[in-house]
Order: sequence, then C-alpha cells, then structure tokens
Amino acid sequence: MSFSIQVQHLSKRYRLGLTHAGSVRELANGVVRRMFGRSGTEPHEVESAEPERAEKGEFWALRDISLHIDQGEVVGVIGKNGAGKSTLLKLLSRITYPTEGRVDLRGRVASLLEVGTGFHPELTGRENVFLNGTILGMTRREIRQQLDAIVDFAGVESFLDTPVKRYSSGMTVRLGFAVAAHLDPEILIVDEVLAVGDIEFQNRCLGKMRSVAESGKTVLFVSHNLASIRSLTKRTVVLSQGKLLFDGPTQEGVARYIAENLVKHESPTSISNAPRAFDGLDQKLRFEGLRLAGLDQEGHLPSSGAFHLEASIHAEEQFEGLQIALTVLTDDKSPVGSTFSEVLSAPEKGETATLSLAAKFPLAPGRYHCAISISNVRSAGKQIHDSLTDVLPFSVAVSSITDAQGQINWNPAWGMVRLDPLTRCTDR
Amino acid sequence: MSDESNRITSITPVEGWFALNLGEVWRYRDLLYLLAMRDISARFRQSIIGYGWAILRPLLTAAIFTLVFSVFVKVETVVPYPIFAFAGLMPWLYFSNSLTGVTSSVVGGGALLTKVYFPRLVLPLAKVGVGLVELALQFVVMFVLMALYSYVPGWEILLLPVFVVVTVVTALAFGIWLTALNVRYRDIGMAVPFLIQIWMYLCPIVYPLDVVPERYRALYAINPMVGVVEGFRWALLGTAPPDWTMVGVSLLVMLVVLVTGIAYFRKVETTFADII
Repeated sequence: MSFSIQVQHLSKRYRLGLTHAGSVRELANGVVRRMFGRSGTEPHEVESAEPERAEKGEFWALRDISLHIDQGEVVGVIGKNGAGKSTLLKLLSRITYPTEGRVDLRGRVASLLEVGTGFHPELTGRENVFLNGTILGMTRREIRQQLDAIVDFAGVESFLDTPVKRYSSGMTVRLGFAVAAHLDPEILIVDEVLAVGDIEFQNRCLGKMRSVAESGKTVLFVSHNLASIRSLTKRTVVLSQGKLLFDGPTQEGVARYIAENLVKHESPTSISNAPRAFDGLDQKLRFEGLRLAGLDQEGHLPSSGAFHLEASIHAEEQFEGLQIALTVLTDDKSPVGSTFSEVLSAPEKGETATLSLAAKFPLAPGRYHCAISISNVRSAGKQIHDSLTDVLPFSVAVSSITDAQGQINWNPAWGMVRLDPLTRCTDR
Repeated sequence: MSDESNRITSITPVEGWFALNLGEVWRYRDLLYLLAMRDISARFRQSIIGYGWAILRPLLTAAIFTLVFSVFVKVETVVPYPIFAFAGLMPWLYFSNSLTGVTSSVVGGGALLTKVYFPRLVLPLAKVGVGLVELALQFVVMFVLMALYSYVPGWEILLLPVFVVVTVVTALAFGIWLTALNVRYRDIGMAVPFLIQIWMYLCPIVYPLDVVPERYRALYAINPMVGVVEGFRWALLGTAPPDWTMVGVSLLVMLVVLVTGIAYFRKVETTFADII
C-alpha cells in the first residue's frame, strides 16, 4: 500500500531565549564581535532539566523522527508535555519548517490544532463558517454544499445570523468542530480538541472521528486522554524528550507511556519531589521514601503474590495515629483494587520512621503501579496529608501463575485478579 | 482518485531564496476573498455612522485643509481648493490606511499563522480590499463636490482606474516589506504612523506640484505617491497632465519595491510562526 505520511529523520531546533535579532544593544554587540574578532556577551547559560536537548542556547524540540504511515491508518501520538507532540503536528501541518529531515504527505491535509481558528467575534455564525472553512482549505462551493450538515452537527440553527461574540463558549467550540468535521481531506491531524465541550459533544466528536477513520482517511490524533487513544487507534507513537520512544500497537504504546511517567527511583529526594496527586496537601505527614521489598531483578512480584512495602514517613506535627491507603492500578491507569492499613502509630514530631507493611495481591500477569496516601485518624472525618500517584511500579510474571499441571496461560479477558483457588468442600 | 487527493506535499528545511510561487496564492483565492470580506463587514460593525465614517473623515480633513491652506495661508491652486484637496486626499487616505493595515497584517494574523497553513502572502493581500470600499464611497462624494463646483470630468476620467490600481499596488509593495520586517522588528509598527505623517508632506496633497522647485522634481518623484496623486487630480479635474517621466519613475520605484518585497516575504515567511 502506498504511504500517506512519510517522515524521515525529522528534527526541529529552536533558539532559546530571544528568537529574533533582539535589541539594538545586542545588535551592536554582534557588530563589535565581528569587527574585533573577540567575543561580546556570551549567550546566557540556560539551565535545563534536559541537558541533552539543550546545547549552546539551542533546543531540539524534535530529534531524528522517522515514521511511515499508510493510507487509512489511524495513529495516536502520546507523550508528556514538552515531548514534542505539538512540534511534530506543527511540522506536519506546515506551520513551521524542519531544521533537518523531510516529510512527504499524500493528498490534502487538514489540521485541527485549535477549534474555530480565525473566528471573528463580530461576524455571524454563518460568515464564520465560511471563513473558518476556507482557512482550513475548503472552497466556498464545498462549504455551501455542506452548510446544512455543519449547522445541524453544531446544533446552532437559530443562532446562525447572530455574531459569534454572543455565542456561549460551548456553541463556539461546537461550530468550530462542526466545520472541521466536514472537511474532506485525505489526512486529518487532530490535536486535543476533545478536551473542550460537554460529554455528549465529546462523544459526538469521537464518533465523527471514528467514521472519518473508517472511511479510509489517515488520521493522526494527539491526546492525553488514553481512553480515547485506545478506543480510536490501533497504532500509537510515543514521544519522549523530542525522540521517538515507541512506535507500534496502541496497547503496548500506552503501557510504555505510563511506565515512563512512573516515579522510578525510590530515593528520599525523588519521592519528596515527586508531583503530588493534587494541590492543597499540607504534607504534615509526608512520604519520604517508598520501596517494594522482595521484587526480583525485573521488578516481578514473587509468585506467591506477597507484596511487601516499606514506607518512610516524616511527621511535622504530633499525630496519634495514621492510616495508609493504597490503590493498585493497571498500566493504563484503571484501578484494580484498594486496601487500607490498620491504624499505625505515627512518628514523633520532627522524626522520620519507616513502616513495613505486607499484603498479598493475587494479580494476573501484567504491569501495575500504585497510588498511595496517608491520613491521620484523630479527626472524625479523615484528613489526607500526602498523596502520590504513579509510584511503586511492579509486575507479575506470566510464569508466576501455575497450578498443579504447570503454567496457566492467563487470558486478559479473565480479568486482573486471580481469585482464590476453587477447592472441593468436604464439610457440609 | 483526483489530482488533489494524490498530490504529494514535501516539507523540507528552507534554503536559499524562494520562487515567487504565486500559483499557490491563487489556489487560496477563496480565503483571500473571505478574509477581505471579514475586514470589510467587521470594519464598522456596532458603530452608528458605520460607513459614514469613510465619507466623514476625508470630508472633514478636506474642510480643515481648506480653512488652513486656502483661507489662512492662501495656497494658489488652479481648481477650487476643496475639490483640489479632496482629490488628493482620496488616494492618500487609501494609501495610508492600507499601508497601516498591511503592515500589521502578519503580526495581527498571529492566531491564524500559528494554527493553520496557508500561503502567508494572503494576509497582506487581503488587507488592501477594505480601503477600496471606502474609496468607492469617497468617489461618490467627490462627484457631488464636483457638481457643486460645476466641474465636469473629461475623457481623462477613463484613466482613473489605472491610478487606483497603481495606488493599491504601491500600498501593497511597501506594506509587504514592512509587514515582513515587523514580525522580527516590532519597531516597524511604531515607526509606520510617524512615517505616514511625514510622508504626506512629501506628496502634493495640500499644495500643488508647481511649488516644488524644478531642480528637485526628479528627486521628488522617487516618492511613488507623487505620480499617483497628480494622476488622480488630472483624471478627475482635468488639471495639467502629470509629467510622464515622473510617473515612470514612480512606477519603476514601485515595481522594484514590490518584487523585492515579495521575494523577501517569501524568504522569511517560513519563520513567521516561530518568531511571532
């Protein structure tokens, strides 16, 4: 089959700091430097969290990406903020140009990096449909043919001749997506547009994208919503720090992406600095270290399912007791189950103590991680002091599930939990 | 499958100078048309006088000029001063408004530029349309004024469209340079209103061309708006025909500015989205 999108060794470099010639002073500095052959001011040192991407005031937003996408494929693109997703889309949409490498695209490309691009608040809905449509590459004739369908999809019939500035934000977004949904390109590039609109509209958008995909168009879909990535795409590209981390089946791609987000090191600093589950935690009881004991070198849980957690907790105030809550999640973030500790004695004020907790998790083969929180038990309503998600990764090996006959080939359709063995009742 | 659906677009790093590639702009003519219409129909929305402003502004300016330069200072003109001034003001106001619009077109279109691809040249091109509607209205006023002063245009009026086109292209030529530069150096946006202010005095708008000493005329004609203003007056009022050498110089300057402007614009347009 012929390609639809072909990306070869694509790289994009940005200059850090000033992206233009700058002020007269810098211009003068440059001239002085050239005239006397000595250095004027050095470009300011940039401290970057990712030193390998930033060098000498330059930053590689994308580095050496190669992709081959066939016609009719629906490909998801995921990655953390700053991984280069938006840069890739901007390059594919010809908004910005690559520093190295090349891209070949077959057919018309419609990119939806934003809903309602070019809407003018003073113009009516109808005028904006035409404007937005031509911006996205339609002709006026095509829009006229589709106008009824667009208006119907957006559900704004009675407001068609009202200026868009009088629209609610939801109406504006619906109208914008409706125009985009009725483009008829060979390649559709969508960036996170589903984050807006209510649930009903989001479902309608997803449905529309699915039908676009089924009609043999190529769709490139960027999202942080792993559920919609999984339901729409079979193939997923994972970007990390400007590089291609993974390109393959969605199920595996999503797993790689989640694994990348886990807090891997259990040192006190990394746990202390790890992002918290939500804002407003007082951290009067605070996790300083989390470790799973008894894992083998690949991070497998023992075949018995014994789960042994060591949690270092620092107390800033005196508490009578604390309780730990733990949720186990699959690698696509679906919770498997939760458990609570008994009431434990809290460390003395200002002290750190390590608690050792054990449980038994009879889980199906796969990769898992945990979310964990501490609350005190003094008050009637429990107060959560610290909460972490994406910690304590572990896995369960396929080989760990055995019965008397040997290894059992666990089917994912059987669920995530191995229930207790069925045994014959002897007493009646 | 149609050609459109099979055409391969290649995206590669940008090197060297671009071909003018105006064919692509033609393919996006619908967008050009709608962007121009957007500006035209949004221009005076929610104002009571609406397009009355297009008439009021030159009319009041001409009235003030008449007061200052005909009553106070007593500039000698062949035709009555009000129509002399109005005829000169029409192309000038169109030029200055369009130049301002075109200069800010790319920076003002930043929201579009960073979200979707289209030939960037569409942005400045779309801006010259707004003024044409105003210009058309002003012609109506001009004919009323001429009737009041019992002026009947001669055959020269047939050449008026030529001078309108030259005005449009001149505004575009300078505007394309300025708008491309404005993306990188925002000083341009600051300088343009001032530039327009002094530029007006370098055009024979408030004074007739005769007052410019003969030996400076060639230098004076480098300003392409000189030929335009003189041409407008000649076509409308049948004043002395413009010096065709001067018109030639004006046209030449305009063409050089236009071609180099488009070339420069196409060279830097790939970086607009990164800089804006």
